[in-house]
Amino acid sequence: MNRNIILYAAILIFGLAAPFIFPAFKVQLSILCVLIVLATTWNIQGGEMGYNTFGNILFYGLGMYLCASVQVGMFFPLAEWTESGGEKTFVHTPAQFFQGMAVGLVVAAVVPTIVAGLIGYAILGLRGHYFAICTLGLGVAAGEISGGIEIIGAGQGFTTPPFPNVGGLEARGEFFYFLSFGALVLTFIAVRAIYSTRFRLILNAIRDNEDKAEAMGIETMKYKIIGWMVSAFFCGLAGGIMGGLVGYIDSTDVAFDGREMGVFMVLMAILGGKGTLWGPVIGATVFHIFKEGFWTFFLGWQYVALGVLIVVIVIYFPEGIMGWLREKYPERFGEVVDEADRKAQVELK
Amino acid sequence: MDFMVFQYPMITVQACLDGILLGILFALIAYGMALQWGVMNIINIAQGDLVILGGYIAYFMYLYGIHPAWGVIVSPIIMYFVGVGIYKLVINKVVDRDLFISILATFGISILFMQLMNFAFGADVVLANSGYGTTFLFDSAVVLPNSKIFSAFVSIVFAIGLVIYMKKSKLGRAIRATAQNARAAKILGVDTEKVYAATFGLNAALCGVAGALISITFTIHPYMGLPYTIRSFMIVIVAGLGNLPGVAMSGMGLGVFEEFADYILGTEFRIGSVFLLLVLILVYRRFKLSRKREYLK
Repeated sequence: MNRNIILYAAILIFGLAAPFIFPAFKVQLSILCVLIVLATTWNIQGGEMGYNTFGNILFYGLGMYLCASVQVGMFFPLAEWTESGGEKTFVHTPAQFFQGMAVGLVVAAVVPTIVAGLIGYAILGLRGHYFAICTLGLGVAAGEISGGIEIIGAGQGFTTPPFPNVGGLEARGEFFYFLSFGALVLTFIAVRAIYSTRFRLILNAIRDNEDKAEAMGIETMKYKIIGWMVSAFFCGLAGGIMGGLVGYIDSTDVAFDGREMGVFMVLMAILGGKGTLWGPVIGATVFHIFKEGFWTFFLGWQYVALGVLIVVIVIYFPEGIMGWLREKYPERFGEVVDEADRKAQVELK
Repeated sequence: MDFMVFQYPMITVQACLDGILLGILFALIAYGMALQWGVMNIINIAQGDLVILGGYIAYFMYLYGIHPAWGVIVSPIIMYFVGVGIYKLVINKVVDRDLFISILATFGISILFMQLMNFAFGADVVLANSGYGTTFLFDSAVVLPNSKIFSAFVSIVFAIGLVIYMKKSKLGRAIRATAQNARAAKILGVDTEKVYAATFGLNAALCGVAGALISITFTIHPYMGLPYTIRSFMIVIVAGLGNLPGVAMSGMGLGVFEEFADYILGTEFRIGSVFLLLVLILVYRRFKLSRKREYLK
């Protein structure tokens, strides 16, 4: 326990100091925080509950649009803003920007949660691959439909309010870094707290055998919906932050980007190890480093590399990094291993 | 949003005919999807990308001066080997694993194909001009391009041919036996590995035919694959596995739905309405089954 506290404190201090240690990588670090949030919340469904969703991107994109819309709509007419595109006809004062951002983030987190609660009863009754394909359809449908709505920019996209002129580029990077790092810490604390209660056991029971869990008197549907709402809350928050960070929202390429972000969150969680607390964090970090490398050195070939990476990870590495560590050092995970028994098992295989 | 459909009844006829001709094509793709789903228990997200690849083969024949209709013969032959290649490289490693693994693996293949096609053929929307002219019905109130009629006819020929092939030939019987019980088929001397490879190849060949027809009648674009996957998945779940008349009917139904969505909601919501329809169908089936305390599986 003592070691854990030191570990967490070290990570917290490192996280707070990171933008000053690596001032050139602030945007990358902020994106990393968002990716960790997405992977960790995906893991609630995919890892703990056994419901492999491609649909968490729905909440992410929803949060992104909501945050930007609220931030603009609080002070200016939204339709004129999106119509003017990149032209700066309206300028937020610093106070307006930060107020708008704060309200926007709250809306971006709360509305997707409500949406998840409303559609959860219908969608979470599906199982296995039907659930996976249904959520995939949901994400793509949201992207296509939002691409046809005029008031949020339709096909030409939505420019989020530019950061006000206080402290220049440095301040912008730091502001968004600390915002996303704050979201990350909040997510991690919340998820860790959830995992330390009976809730995690129920989710695992649903994963292992839902019918039996129901027969044991667990209202599985209730817990599935709650789990999805938790995911939606943090996905929406992450989306809102990411929208401000990127500065430009497009329906299918940025917000409801099932082809990129929607797969990334699945991949990161699988790479790190499904159904573990630290797996998605490690997976997201490793993945982000790899991705940035690919994007820099194989520019143009990045999607080819991504496709190959997905296939390779899924086929050869489905247990992830944590799963591999667990196989290698089971004692570290608090498992008592009988050497002879283990050998016998390996030989049987 | 306009309601031309109700003011001009001929538009309804037009939309229905268009939709049926389109739906027959969808049914052909869905047939391939049902084949591999039934035999190998794999949902192939890359299905639509195979279709698009088949379309590009026909398009390239058109570019080099060969009539694109010959693509209907050439494209499935090439696509058969592409399909077998994909099977040998990737699918045979996921075939007996968790379904989600195969979904994700084929998703990876889909992204890979999308981007490779983007590099190889460019990001332009293209179509192969067949030069078949158009047919006018009802005093020119209904306009049907002959290429659409041709494509529907060819799809029906291929579908019937495949049904007969599956019934009569040795490989067809082996495929059906494997679909019923892979282990029993193995005991009785069926090389299931070969059967799987052939099934995947056949599916890719069907996609090749459909793609060649789509390149003649509609347009193709490297990123247009996923909607075809979703459409074929939807058709299969509505019809049920192994229900061929059902596949044809629901394919046509989907085609008609799409045409009406196009007219009523506008073209920008066309793909969105397809995906939304998928969600609605699944949710409907979920509620229908949950009354009997069952679930989709």
